[in-house]
Amino acid sequence: MHSQTLAAPNPCSEWRHQVRVVVDEHVAPGADACDRDARISPHALDVAAREGWWGAALPVDVGGTGRDWVDVSALHEEVGRGCSSLRSLLTVHTMVGHAIDRWGTDAQREQWLAQLATGATLGAFCLTEPEAGSDAAALSARAERVRHGYRLSATKCWITGGLTAGLLLIFARSPSGICAFLVPAESVGVTRTPVAGLLGTRASMLAEVVVDACEVPDTALLGPDGFALATVITGTLEVGRLSVASGSVGIVRACLQAASGHAARRSCAGGTLKDQQLVRRMLTDMVVDARAGRLLCERAARLKDTGDPETVMATWIAKYHAARAAARAAGDAVQIYGARGCVTGASVDRYYRDAKVMEIIEGSTELHQVTIADDADRQMSGCAP
Amino acid sequence: MPTTTEDIRDFIHAKFPHVTIADEEDIFGLGFVNSLFAMELVMFLEGHFGFRIGNEDLELSNFRTVVAMERLVVRNVPAAA
Repeated sequence: MHSQTLAAPNPCSEWRHQVRVVVDEHVAPGADACDRDARISPHALDVAAREGWWGAALPVDVGGTGRDWVDVSALHEEVGRGCSSLRSLLTVHTMVGHAIDRWGTDAQREQWLAQLATGATLGAFCLTEPEAGSDAAALSARAERVRHGYRLSATKCWITGGLTAGLLLIFARSPSGICAFLVPAESVGVTRTPVAGLLGTRASMLAEVVVDACEVPDTALLGPDGFALATVITGTLEVGRLSVASGSVGIVRACLQAASGHAARRSCAGGTLKDQQLVRRMLTDMVVDARAGRLLCERAARLKDTGDPETVMATWIAKYHAARAAARAAGDAVQIYGARGCVTGASVDRYYRDAKVMEIIEGSTELHQVTIADDADRQMSGCAP
Repeated sequence: MPTTTEDIRDFIHAKFPHVTIADEEDIFGLGFVNSLFAMELVMFLEGHFGFRIGNEDLELSNFRTVVAMERLVVRNVPAAA
């Protein structure tokens, strides 16, 4: 009971409690098997649909559950506590839904949002390329103008949910600049190849997506023509960043729960591991990191709910803290487990591998260090052009 | 009562307190703002002046200068003139 109190740092909303119960019953128990099989189970996908998780951030009038960002953050934290791969699928799907909700025309909203809200169609966010990762402006995908539409050519890699998605949000450079396109995954010219041998989030159905002279109509263009970098890409990555930050807090809590349980059971020097001060230091860091991470995520989400521009940096700060905290907590959890933690299926091995991914996706830790320091520099010590 | 122009100036000044930016100066041409700041500008204008910037208005030229942003606001919210 004591460890459960620690693992759930703040007062729990009814929504969070509801999600937590479902995650404990239906998501967490199968997560190691999903990791081993490198695919998310149909059961986990069904549960997410049944619970309205796919459409949590979408308005009620299009079939979503109309949750605010504080609730969406809580959802992604709880799911991330159970299974980072499922959380990753929720992340990219939520990003695509948000992009259409925010920048879509009435016709695009009509065409896509209802099926995204139920999870009947899953979305994937196709930005990264072999030579363009954190630097999205460097993308080389092309969108040529053709009669009544565009011809897209792109190679997109590390596409989370790329294998399961029915709708791809693809970014490419047109004559007017970087644009976003809504492309059904079954379109002629689209090929998806599974990516095997992943370190972490192994069940996130990763694909390489090759788009070879795929023709889409004018109506596939999402958002402003040529200005997607500062709008659709940046705005959607903000949603992804909040989700990854929240999911990382979930990893910290999962580590705390596992490690404190093991430390209490494992005999050591006439007592148990938890009697060791160095082990207590590790558990203390997990407690504090979980609490701080949740507060940072909640702040970013609240600012997003009120449309406050401060949400941008607040989200970067939350993700920076939470991803690093997850990596620390997972390293310590494996350490506390010892050899038992170095085996596939121990759960802490999965947290360890998944946590490393959190430091890379939605902006690497180093990109966060540069961005957060630049922001501080602008505000505090003058502006170096 | 502060004007639309002053409100926009104040927002930019709060983000860049050590730089003086003239109303006609190209903010993006100064070399230290990025897509994150562009997003912050959009959020500020929408939230502060209470309107949604349509896709047709989401282009860099509408955000390059204080004057351009003021024109964008007034076009969408005539009461802000």
